[in-house]
Amino acid sequence: MKKLVDKHPLAIRWFHWVNFPVLALMIWSGLLIYWANDVYRLGWGRTTVLKFFPQSFYDALHLNFRLAEGMAWHFVLMWAFALNGVLYVTYTLLSGEWRYLLPTRRSFAEAGQVLLHDLGLRPASAPAPGRKFNGAQQLAYTTVILMGAGSLLTGLAIYKPTQLAGLTALLGGYEWARIEHFALTIGYVLFFIVHVAQVVRAGWNSFRAMVAGFEVVDVSDAVSPEAMPSPPTASSPSTPA
Amino acid sequence: MPDTSSLPSPLPPSDEAVEREAARRSRRAFIVGGVAALAGLGGRRWLVTRPETDRLAWPLRRVLDANGRLAETLFSPTRLAPEFPAGRARMPRVNGKVGLKTPLDPAAWRLRVEPYAPPLTQPLELTLADIQALPRVEITTELKCIEGWSVVVRWAGARFADFVARYAPAAQTLPYVRLATPDGAYYVGLDLASALHPQTLLCYEMNGQPLTGAHGAPLRLVTPVKYGIKYIKRIGSIAFLAERPADYWAQRGYDWHAGH
Repeated sequence: MKKLVDKHPLAIRWFHWVNFPVLALMIWSGLLIYWANDVYRLGWGRTTVLKFFPQSFYDALHLNFRLAEGMAWHFVLMWAFALNGVLYVTYTLLSGEWRYLLPTRRSFAEAGQVLLHDLGLRPASAPAPGRKFNGAQQLAYTTVILMGAGSLLTGLAIYKPTQLAGLTALLGGYEWARIEHFALTIGYVLFFIVHVAQVVRAGWNSFRAMVAGFEVVDVSDAVSPEAMPSPPTASSPSTPA
Repeated sequence: MPDTSSLPSPLPPSDEAVEREAARRSRRAFIVGGVAALAGLGGRRWLVTRPETDRLAWPLRRVLDANGRLAETLFSPTRLAPEFPAGRARMPRVNGKVGLKTPLDPAAWRLRVEPYAPPLTQPLELTLADIQALPRVEITTELKCIEGWSVVVRWAGARFADFVARYAPAAQTLPYVRLATPDGAYYVGLDLASALHPQTLLCYEMNGQPLTGAHGAPLRLVTPVKYGIKYIKRIGSIAFLAERPADYWAQRGYDWHAGH
């Protein structure tokens, strides 16, 4: 027997989908800036495994000679990125949604099991009742929020290295803060690849939950109808996004 | 079709009813999402087609200027940029030649202070010795290029504030300063607070040596609270102004403030 179960509150869906184009444009404008001093690479000594970035990459995405444009977009959209992030974190704290997202001690072991399952090395375990996310998701989603905070801090450190000299020094100085800011961006790209692959694997029901807010659950399964309760304090029915 | 969930029926809704409700809510959500996405694309389209102010769509330019004003409001104009041990100083690469294309005759060079108000109605012409007569200040700070690289440099010169106090004291009532190369090809605008910052120097020595031609001999600006684009080389003239002056790189799409 089927049942509609609310999953993602309307506010979280908006935060999620506003963040997607904003972060994409921040990465794009960041690349326009990075092009002007593209000195990072993976390697040791004189051996370079991966250069950030090959000329073909800049050419393909038309990133050459656009530093001023990149800075303008970056320092306009930083407001949208920061505001959306702060509102999201505030909302999760006030609504109680943070309880689903924050990893617990169990999450780490569970994340290992999820990884083994995803690699086809272990059969799937039954979904735990009363939870929206498994341990691997909790770790990934919490990490990406911390990365967002990291991008704001490292970004501020290279944006105002005199006025915020203490912050810049704490992050290892101007050049280190720039490296950290860049590394976090690479982290988002890696997150994005895994995230999209997992959404594809999880299927339509899971994707639709991030758009429309609900999942269709087959309650004849082992889980009880209350398997996925609404958040502890947010009891209003979610409206479509 | 009545909404079965609102009826006091003991029976749960049928699977078909659940699927219909799922389809209805999905349809609404995807339509709202699609409209929002189109609005976003439309907003971007609107933004990139706005008339440009100094090579930037005016809304972007407005936000950059607002960012600059916010920084001036929030931050202290006298906060010092971090200083480094002199041993960390390196020679920066030569990165700008605009305004340096004509040969320079060091003996004939003068720093011209434009008339700004009575009693200075004639331009004042100063020699390098006039600048060197001011207290010599040495600082080791990080030069940050707007391109993203940085290098620690030991600078020596006269504080711009000392120069103003000695040669143009009445100019301190004017909010802006404009500096230009002798040929006028490169020019920089500064707010007075940044110009009077204790680390803003009229610099004549780099890493213990007199400035080379490529690095801006005989006199260049050093202002560690700004990006390197404001460190104008081979200063030919200084003007104190009531209106915000044009700036070479700001006219080419960069932030006028370019501050740290």
